[in-house]
Amino acid sequence: MELGVYSFGDVQRDPSTGALGSTAQAMRNLLEAIQLADQVGLDYFGIGEHHTREMPASAGATVLGAAAATTKTIRLGTAVTVLSTDDPIRVYQQLATVDALSNGRAEITAGRGSSIESFPLFGYELADYDALYEEKLTLLMQINDLADGERITWQGKFRSPLTDAEVVPRAERGRLPVWRATGGSPASSARAGQQGLPVVYGIIGGQAARFRPLAELYRASAAQAGHSGADITVAVANPGFIGETSQGAKDLWWKQWSTMWSSLGPARGVTGPPRSAYDREADGGGSLFVGSPQEIADRIIALHGHLGHSRQVLQMDVGHLPQKDFLRSIELLGTQVKPLVDAALGAS
Amino acid sequence: MSTSPVTGASSLGTIAVLGAGRVGTAVARQALRAGYDVLIAASGDPADIELIASIMAPGARAVTAAEAAEGGDVVVLSIPLGKVTTLDPATLDGKIVVDAMNFWAETDGTMPTLADADSSSHLVADTLPGARLVKTLNHIGYHDLDTDHRPAGTPDRRALAVAGDDAGAKVVVAGFIAAIGFDVVDAGPLVGGLALEPGTAVFTGVHTRAELEDLLGVGVRVG
Repeated sequence: MELGVYSFGDVQRDPSTGALGSTAQAMRNLLEAIQLADQVGLDYFGIGEHHTREMPASAGATVLGAAAATTKTIRLGTAVTVLSTDDPIRVYQQLATVDALSNGRAEITAGRGSSIESFPLFGYELADYDALYEEKLTLLMQINDLADGERITWQGKFRSPLTDAEVVPRAERGRLPVWRATGGSPASSARAGQQGLPVVYGIIGGQAARFRPLAELYRASAAQAGHSGADITVAVANPGFIGETSQGAKDLWWKQWSTMWSSLGPARGVTGPPRSAYDREADGGGSLFVGSPQEIADRIIALHGHLGHSRQVLQMDVGHLPQKDFLRSIELLGTQVKPLVDAALGAS
Repeated sequence: MSTSPVTGASSLGTIAVLGAGRVGTAVARQALRAGYDVLIAASGDPADIELIASIMAPGARAVTAAEAAEGGDVVVLSIPLGKVTTLDPATLDGKIVVDAMNFWAETDGTMPTLADADSSSHLVADTLPGARLVKTLNHIGYHDLDTDHRPAGTPDRRALAVAGDDAGAKVVVAGFIAAIGFDVVDAGPLVGGLALEPGTAVFTGVHTRAELEDLLGVGVRVG
């Protein structure tokens, strides 16, 4: 089982004044977190795409470039690239460059994104939400499949046609891993299987094991389409935080979680969940993996029994989490959770 | 409810679900668990959703939208709100139809007509003028459908509200909601559905019958 972290570049508050820190500092903090994740032996770090004052990681590939040059073994990915409002050629070029600088450690996770601020920012229509994504993901896969020196001719609806175009640099090892991210739509699981892409489930509410039939649908769809092998694999991305003690972690992170919802909620037409709802998610089989190292290891192992997933990544830094707590949580994931999970499931 | 001529196996009747997404497959699962016959349809060829239906709601039969509309004693709409205009209104004339939908900008884009409507259900009613429309199931997370159902009489059983202008349709839908494991509270006429939309206390929280009645300011029970 691979373990890792993903982040949208949460902006911290100054612990003494309470003032919101700069977005620039948040990017430096993010780089520091990736470097630590590499040092403590984690397998993956992903950067999502948001375009807000609270979560300003809008150009994750640039941060990954800096990480590529200053880390040794950790895999570096997007989590997710909002592909619907980006250009698949540019996404490929940026991540192939990260791949070059990291000697073959870059990955792309393509998604529709749960936030929609990139649509007006880049001039796209929400009405095209689904069509944009499918067209661009198909083009990205075609670009990724090109052999070295091969050129692409392509025509679609949402960007200018390509005639005998070169797309460089090329990935270090033939193809970049491209994952399809989904929040649980059955059609997306089926489509990922049909496309032969590895799938990432973003589990942000409810019992995590409810994704079991979706993983089954994904694998059955892949088998039906004739896809097999290492690409047919499942990852899970969910919010989580690890502290020294179970109660300490839950109490600390409740503040983060409720702060995040109080800023996100109004934009999405929902109000923040009460503590009782948080506790329901943070205990037992819920979607929030918040607790002590032993507790989180147990929950990852239990979920593996349902989904058979090969990678689990946690989003820890939300609601202006102090950097020291973010770093400590990463350290505990690498130094304490990972050995427990490896002991139970075998080393990744 | 009468037994459906399409399947005819369950004495409870047939639930037809339009939409094979997160919500549609969750409603189908619960209807099956309660003992209904279940038809499920997406916009296209039923073959496209056969695998989805067989794994996400084993026992549900994948059919065309027209077949589902014809065969369902209750037809549940669980498609993106913006796609309601793609339905053929004639197929739903006189049918008991559940509006389980909400407006989400992420999938529906901008819907300028929404601002002038009394509620999002009124847009649905305008599009499907012959349907006997009841608003419900929009204010429970689709994953909660799988976990929060309880037998009738369980203390603190979760309650859901129903809103609609057709009293007979509301009684039938209330029976369906009760059968899949929830108490039912009458939220009044269709405009009462406004109190169930995203951003409201009803939408956001988990409520017992008493709490929901309190929130809605009603004391009438249907089912």
